[in-house]
Amino acid sequence: MEILVNSEPREVAGPTLSAALQELGYSGGAFATALNGHFVPRDRRGEQTLSAGDRIEVLAPMQGG
Amino acid sequence: MILYDTELPSRLFLGTAQYPSPAILQEAIRASGCAVATVSLRRENANGSGAGFRDLLQETGVRILPNTAGCHSVREAVTTAHMAREVFGTRWIKLEVIGHADTLQPDVFGLVEAARILSADGFQVFPYTTEDLVVGEHLLAAGCEVLMPWGAPIGSGRGVVNPEGLRAMRAHFPGVPLVVDAGIGRPSDAAVAMELGMDAVLVNTAVARAGAPVAMARAMAQAVEAGRLGHHADPMDRRDMAVPSTPVPGLAELI
Repeated sequence: MEILVNSEPREVAGPTLSAALQELGYSGGAFATALNGHFVPRDRRGEQTLSAGDRIEVLAPMQGG
Repeated sequence: MILYDTELPSRLFLGTAQYPSPAILQEAIRASGCAVATVSLRRENANGSGAGFRDLLQETGVRILPNTAGCHSVREAVTTAHMAREVFGTRWIKLEVIGHADTLQPDVFGLVEAARILSADGFQVFPYTTEDLVVGEHLLAAGCEVLMPWGAPIGSGRGVVNPEGLRAMRAHFPGVPLVVDAGIGRPSDAAVAMELGMDAVLVNTAVARAGAPVAMARAMAQAVEAGRLGHHADPMDRRDMAVPSTPVPGLAELI
């Protein structure tokens, strides 16, 4: 299915957020996720199923003021 | 100084953006002895550098204060705060809900609403606000235990443009920690803020964009300390006219 990851179209098998992240190469604990504008905690990614067209945000530490 | 349940060894907070290099950022943090460093969350690629940046800051031992910079709505700010809490493992959040893209002035209505939601959810909120007293009261009622009034627009380096406003805040909220966030351009600006009785100062661009960021970080730390000491030393009142400091009695007649 096609989803949007940080606004970029990506093809993933899923079916869960956690599986999709692994497929896309995300690993480690230094990022947080949101699905369609809603925060998905790390321990819920495994039960969060995805649908075509879903918008995922993957955010990580960055410089800031 | 105690903010929420944490005692801090310094009254200087440093932002971490716009430094010439990560090494200079680390050196500036160490040279300033700052207690707190602000950070943000941004989009990450699969092999991004977010973890490395977090590790680099943690090496310095500084306490991390994540922000919600760039959020223009309550929903964005609240979601970003939740994501930051997970990534940084802290309940602290520097809450920004921006109202104008050009002035970066806080949307104080959204700010109060987001502060209420986040405080109820266990966050310890540091709200980036204006010097408005009524907004400050609403933020405290929403659960905030510290206020972060702006000195001038973010990144402008114009210093404390409304000292009377900050003086009024100090008088109105005598027991509430006040941290000037934004607008500090020079060490003298930081000293002015502290002389007005502010509890701490947050500086980013003024250090990161200085010709010598590490030296400027040290200068800011000394200015904060000097301003704090000056405030407690009860400065003299200003006078309109000159008053001789050398004694007049005993002056010779030599004409």
